[in-house]
Amino acid sequence: MSLDISEMTLSAAMDGLAQKDFSSVELVNAVRDAIAEKDENIGAYLAFDADTILQDASEADALRAKGDERCLLGIPIALKDLFNVEGQPCTCASKMLENYIAPFDATVISKIKAAGAFPAGRLNMDELAIGTTTENSAFKLTKNPVAPDRVPGGSSGGSAAAVAGGMALASLATDSGGSIRLPASYCGCVGFKPSYGRVSRYGVAPYASSLDQVGTMTKTVEDAAILLSAIAGCDQRDQTTHNVPVPDYREMLAGSSLEGLRIGVPREYFVDGVDSEVLDSVRAAIDKFAKAGAHVEEMSLPHTEYAISAYYICSTAEASSNLARLDGVRYGKRSVTDDRGDLNDMYFTSRTEGLGPDVKRRIIFGTFVLSSGRYEEYYVRALKVRTLVKQDFNEAFKKFDVLMTPVTAGVAHKFGETQNDPLKATLNDMFLAPVNMAGICGISIPCGKSSEGLPVGMQIIGPSFGEVTLLRAADACEKELGL
Amino acid sequence: MKYIVTIGLETHVQLKTKSKMFCGCANTFAAEPNTLVCPICLGYPGALPAMNREAVKLTVIAGLMLGCEISRYSKFDRKNYFYPDAAKNYQISQLDMPLCRGGGVEIQVPGGSKRINLNRIHLEEDVAKSVHHARSSGVDFNRSGMALMEIVSEPEINSVQEAIAYMRALRQILVYADVSDCNLEEGNMRSDVNISIRPENTTELGTKVELKNMNSFRHIQDALTFEIERQKAALSTGGRVVQETRRWDLDLGETISMRTKEDAQDYRYFPEPDLPPVVFTDDLLDGWRKELPELPEHKRVRFTTDYGLPEYDAEVLCAQLPVANFFEEAVECGAQPKNASNWIMTDVLRLLGQTELEISDTPLSSAAFASLLKLVDDKVINMPVAKELIAELFEKGGDPAVIVKERGLLQVSDASAIEGFAREAVEKNPKVVEDFKGGKKAALQFLVGQVMKLSRGKANPKMAAEVIQEIISEG
Repeated sequence: MSLDISEMTLSAAMDGLAQKDFSSVELVNAVRDAIAEKDENIGAYLAFDADTILQDASEADALRAKGDERCLLGIPIALKDLFNVEGQPCTCASKMLENYIAPFDATVISKIKAAGAFPAGRLNMDELAIGTTTENSAFKLTKNPVAPDRVPGGSSGGSAAAVAGGMALASLATDSGGSIRLPASYCGCVGFKPSYGRVSRYGVAPYASSLDQVGTMTKTVEDAAILLSAIAGCDQRDQTTHNVPVPDYREMLAGSSLEGLRIGVPREYFVDGVDSEVLDSVRAAIDKFAKAGAHVEEMSLPHTEYAISAYYICSTAEASSNLARLDGVRYGKRSVTDDRGDLNDMYFTSRTEGLGPDVKRRIIFGTFVLSSGRYEEYYVRALKVRTLVKQDFNEAFKKFDVLMTPVTAGVAHKFGETQNDPLKATLNDMFLAPVNMAGICGISIPCGKSSEGLPVGMQIIGPSFGEVTLLRAADACEKELGL
Repeated sequence: MKYIVTIGLETHVQLKTKSKMFCGCANTFAAEPNTLVCPICLGYPGALPAMNREAVKLTVIAGLMLGCEISRYSKFDRKNYFYPDAAKNYQISQLDMPLCRGGGVEIQVPGGSKRINLNRIHLEEDVAKSVHHARSSGVDFNRSGMALMEIVSEPEINSVQEAIAYMRALRQILVYADVSDCNLEEGNMRSDVNISIRPENTTELGTKVELKNMNSFRHIQDALTFEIERQKAALSTGGRVVQETRRWDLDLGETISMRTKEDAQDYRYFPEPDLPPVVFTDDLLDGWRKELPELPEHKRVRFTTDYGLPEYDAEVLCAQLPVANFFEEAVECGAQPKNASNWIMTDVLRLLGQTELEISDTPLSSAAFASLLKLVDDKVINMPVAKELIAELFEKGGDPAVIVKERGLLQVSDASAIEGFAREAVEKNPKVVEDFKGGKKAALQFLVGQVMKLSRGKANPKMAAEVIQEIISEG
């Protein structure tokens, strides 16, 4: 009977390798078999270079035989397709970067390699991390492993589908306005976005620099803690990272408890327009925590309703500038123009053909809000709102350890439905983007199922660099819910 | 009608850092195209800028030398525009919170000095270099991301001469500050010049024209002279000056329009989210203030007081920092200050003028120079030999004492040896001797020259003159 990874956690895989129950090569073969068996229907992976990955696995096995005991030795980690890994494609699910081969390792890649793990497969996503369903991928459709007629969420849809669908132990992804937490909630896994500045962004293709943060997609909170210890830390190559010590987050989970935990429940997150099944599920979970000894109190984050507009302005403004480099001059797609074409034709044709409609929309929007005469009215005001949103949370964390909210306004919807309900689409971002705007940390954990059996997630929000508090709370909740 | 000229300069200065502004690539001139590049200065997806602290420090040093106020808090911004020379299609620069504000430069004008105030100094990254061929264009990214300081003057310059004087004074201070090589040919220092004219007795500034990327004093002088005449011609014939950007066409000897205000770009500046703000503590700034090099004007004053040099000498010696350093080193090696100054102002600067080199790059060491002066002082060699020697030292280097010994260039001060040469000279030139006797002083100089010739330059000329006179009077 060959190894089955469909329910295997990262922590179980680490134990299995340490106890020599199986080798890294066997583990990778199990991942490969799972992909071969399931991914034709799910479409989580854009690439899985089995030869290279198996070679990394066999090297890890050889090292273990020599006594190497690094914690992640031999662990394959799947990657959202926007992490630069030297010598590997990094398409960002965009035609623009279809043939781009990364010339360097992102800092998080160097870090997981240093811990003994290795990159194992490139996961589908919304093109350039723009979208909430993964339908914007230029290459393929990813289906929700729980209900294949539904979207997995986005932009890290492949990352969530691979983990929830039993085709990866864990994956790394990014979250600029909910891109980890939303698909985690749709697919039923744990999606964790650390505080801004906790994990280096160096080598991670950007969407919005001041909002982007690398995080994890795992089966358990414990696995998220394990990965965070491996990837967190100050990086000279990313000067927005902070020099704050990185504890062993898994060890810090020991004795996690709901007893005495001060939970704030922001009323602005429990509003009309959110599915009653979602509200019921989240409320039921919170009630359970209260019964288990947590102090639960309703509270207010008064600027929530403005946060989302400000988020659209800040993120698109930064994206319009960050994505300008995709011009076909130095790398990426350069469309052939005829001899009469000038420089502008080359830019125009390359970007017209290389970028998808949603990407273009956001670039146009971002260019608009930064343009002369609009800047004060949009961008400067958005920055002011951002400060107020940050203050809301700062005030809240004087009184509460964590905040608990729904992740999204509904459960995973069917393909093509996003455009039909703009209110719901806005509500989806509304619960997630404020966390990025404030630079604080948040996690999405499964908290129940809808009547149709679709996963419902709840969001737990912690203060800036309050990862220990957040993960301990999430770990206790996970145990209490027993899902 | 008479017109008043108003000029303001934006001068870009490449800083003397080891590496580029935001990456570890070497900051070196004239390497093979696209060899000093990395994912950061090529703008690869995911590459992030990391601030070069040395560049920040050098900009602040320049600011302190120029009397600027240093911002305790400043930040970087993105200037967005599409062009292949910008690897990311934006340039990291500083918009509204530059590192330095205010300050000024003293320039010499007819009848005194004038202060040109500065508006600001900010730090940014240089862009790549475009090379245009007949049917294609290339981009060399070696320059992409080099640390560039932009010094913006107030529009207080009122003539071409003042503009040139400003550039020279600025350059001198920056070289003294040791923040840049300020090598114009290597493009270390390039200016955008804003110029407008208005009729005398009016107060409102005229429409300005920007002259882009001027990288030599000569070009600035020619372009400004042309531009003033062009604008005068336009106004005096009832026309108007269009607000536009022009460039100096070297071949045509004219300024050519590049773009008018109508197609001016919207750079969509916004704060650079990849970099934290720059915050200085008083302690840090005080520390840097203490390390500041001497200003040229301070050095000039010190040269007159410490070495007793005339103001003129101090001015000439301090014009180039390496020359001033050379002088001080020579004095330290024992040279008499005024004597050293004389030699430098005449022979050394003349020799230097025949090369493109700095004194510090020539084989002539200050120690050898001092030793040469001592040989003359001690009458070991005579002046003509010394003049020949310094040219040789300048070209090949070496120890003058050794050379003199090896070649037998020791001055002949032996009276009997000189007497032999003197007799020969007198005997061979009876006509000149007669002239001398008749009161022609110049005749003696001729005879001394003959002695020098016969001694192959080694005779002590003073002794030769005495001996010749003795022989003639014995006569």
